[in-house]
Amino acid sequence: MTQHYEIIVIGAGPAGMAASQTAAKHGAKTLVLDEQRTPGGQIYRAAEANEARQSVELGKSYENGFSLVKSFRNSAVDYVPGASVWQLSHEREIGYSKDGTAHIVTANQVIVATGALERPMPVPGWTLPQVMTVGAAQILLKESEIGIADAVFVGTGPLLYLVVHQYITAGIPVKAVIDLTPACNYFKALAHMPNAVFAMSRIMEGWRWKREIIAADIPLISRVDDVRILGDGAVEAIEYRHKSTWKKLDCDHVLLHQGVVPDVNISLAAGCDSRWDEAQACWHILVDEWFQSSVEGISIAGDSGSIGGGVAAEQRGHITALGALMRLNKITPVERNRLARPYQASLKTEMQVRPFLDTLFRPADNFRMPEHEETIVCRCEEISAKQIREAVDLGCQGPNQLKSYTRCGMGPCQGRFCGLTVSELIGKFSNKPVCAVGYYRLRPPIKPLLLDELANMKNQPEN
Amino acid sequence: MASSFLKKTDFKADVVIIGAGLHGCSTALHLALQGVSVIVLEKDYAGRHASGVNAGGVRRLGRHLAEMPLSVASAKIWQEIEGFVDDDCGFRSSQQIKVAETPEELSKQETRVNEVRQSGFHHEKMIDQQTLREMLPNVSPHCVGGMIVEDDGYANPFRTVQAFRLKAQSLGARFREGTKVANIKRERGIWFVGCHDCVVEAPKLVNCAGAWGGEIAKKLGENAFVSAIALMLMITARMPAFVTGVVGAEGRTLSFKQFPNGTVLIGGGHEGQANKDDNTTHLDYSGLAINAHTARTIFPIMRSTRIVRAWAGIEGMTPDGIPVISPSQADDAFHGFGFSGHGFQLGPIGGKILSDLVLDDKTNLPLEPFRIDRF
Repeated sequence: MTQHYEIIVIGAGPAGMAASQTAAKHGAKTLVLDEQRTPGGQIYRAAEANEARQSVELGKSYENGFSLVKSFRNSAVDYVPGASVWQLSHEREIGYSKDGTAHIVTANQVIVATGALERPMPVPGWTLPQVMTVGAAQILLKESEIGIADAVFVGTGPLLYLVVHQYITAGIPVKAVIDLTPACNYFKALAHMPNAVFAMSRIMEGWRWKREIIAADIPLISRVDDVRILGDGAVEAIEYRHKSTWKKLDCDHVLLHQGVVPDVNISLAAGCDSRWDEAQACWHILVDEWFQSSVEGISIAGDSGSIGGGVAAEQRGHITALGALMRLNKITPVERNRLARPYQASLKTEMQVRPFLDTLFRPADNFRMPEHEETIVCRCEEISAKQIREAVDLGCQGPNQLKSYTRCGMGPCQGRFCGLTVSELIGKFSNKPVCAVGYYRLRPPIKPLLLDELANMKNQPEN
Repeated sequence: MASSFLKKTDFKADVVIIGAGLHGCSTALHLALQGVSVIVLEKDYAGRHASGVNAGGVRRLGRHLAEMPLSVASAKIWQEIEGFVDDDCGFRSSQQIKVAETPEELSKQETRVNEVRQSGFHHEKMIDQQTLREMLPNVSPHCVGGMIVEDDGYANPFRTVQAFRLKAQSLGARFREGTKVANIKRERGIWFVGCHDCVVEAPKLVNCAGAWGGEIAKKLGENAFVSAIALMLMITARMPAFVTGVVGAEGRTLSFKQFPNGTVLIGGGHEGQANKDDNTTHLDYSGLAINAHTARTIFPIMRSTRIVRAWAGIEGMTPDGIPVISPSQADDAFHGFGFSGHGFQLGPIGGKILSDLVLDDKTNLPLEPFRIDRF
């Protein structure tokens, strides 16, 4: 027999930890599968290790995660760390690998809490060695206390400033910060300011981070509307256009970031309906008020459905679990509604700041859809924007056909890096809205799977 | 005509073909070469299903004897494919080997090869263990020999469909994709094929609808027992070149080959679930696990490779595992569907046969085993 659970939670970030605790508390037999070795997700990555060693200052928002991780550890869930989930079917059959063996498990209710991914940033030169994402740099800092000295930070979004702040605090030299937030965004975001007052403390924190950069004598270059990274085999310099003039800055390392987008791979592979969200310029998974998707029994908690941030993810995790518990008849609808109320209230407050943040940090079109047509879009198969335009000119209608035309999205990452860029580019070249272009049809395994792991698969009784 | 048709766009052609898989596109091309005006109706897009996403094997090795004359004729077209469709279709002429793992399997293969010889075909040969190891240095040492066709090969399925389609188009064939056939009527010796947005009128009709071929046959008043199956395939990350040609196994289902870019395709006829109403397929991981186990048993080098994608294409399967290639019982209608997982190699000749049937009511290849009324 395949192992079966009442609730399986995929991911142990804030949403997954909250959801599984609530699930277990109300008596559901719960399994948590997480790719990392310890709980925390990306935002609270390596929380336990960093709380214990207290050597790197990662900020107050990070320390908020310590108590959540502790209560997760104390909850009655089966927790499998180091589990790479490579398949979720609409019948709630989950395939994952751990330590060289594939496993199949099933559940009555599945809660997807796979979080967010960094938005691809296809600028000329982004595939050069020594170009990394800001998120990857933060992982190095959290996991191994390693910093990239004298890097140029390029892009937009809260995470960019947070990591610069963490670098400054940790004493890692920063060469420069090139801010790509379009100037007009500031004006547009003002309209959403009244709703954002509840989050004023965090907006102010952002301002402090900016002032800190200036105080540390790090060049902060704003109003930049184009960049290209130069180098022959490795990064040598970055060029940027500031007020219509191109300038050049020599450097060895570039860290890119332009916000995060939901990791929808697993939900789409399961057949959950999605929609294009113009405000966040990414795909959202369609959910009801209990975060259940269009596929019965599959719910999406946290940033893997739409971006709300770590605090919202935690609230959404609790609410999602309550919805699943009600469907399992563990609690009545009345209990569910009563228990959800405080989480819903916090969530509502938390989400009020989103329109402001989404508007302020919306990346400019040219950084999402490269105008320099030689820019590589699909790293694995080295497909450029120009090749995509040529395929569209030949009659290619969408991302799935593009695979057949060019092999775009067919390499080892299976389109996880280029998917968003490809949909938007096809839309631009064919003059169609992105929602009409659609996304890659996702083929399992949605994470790399070794042939040996699959061949060793265990879902039968041992005899 | 019925009044509901009046508002729709009307198209006229000499022949209407239903289905833009490889056989539909090939039929369109062979007819267009004869100057016949053709419209191809495709409910999705050309090559969307089995034709475009199969393993790409161009194989005579191990064919059903009934298909052998067709397969041999098709192989001749494949060898000259670039001259025929102006694109090499990714075709590489290469060996196909079916590995035997036990002496029993080996003697079974010997019987088979003799049988094929007696039918007058000499392309299948036996190889001993030493030759096998020379040809496949990475094959597992337990393999004792096998049978081989030296000049079979493989091609890129979607590119092949696309090439046939583009060549047909360049000769005037018209393709309407996203156009699903709703009803078919015949009046005054003309077929009226009604779709959601158009009606096509043509004196002759060809059914190349693959897994959906049975539904089209039913609209013509015929019963063909073709079921939809989903044949699963996996592809790996790039590996150093270690195997040439296509490798199968006598005692297990396997189709194995490495592409020039280093990726390895592993197929073998394990079935997932096919849903032909919404075009979806669902994979069965226990089947894929067996397939993975087979691959590493024959080629131990595969153990540490990564699988990057698994998928299945929807294919039409007949009860006896060979296709329907046949005039319809209705006048001026013809069938070519239900190729049961091995129609890709037959594509070039399939179109020729159907074109011959349309134009001359006869063909010089034996079609008796493929009659639609055999079920």
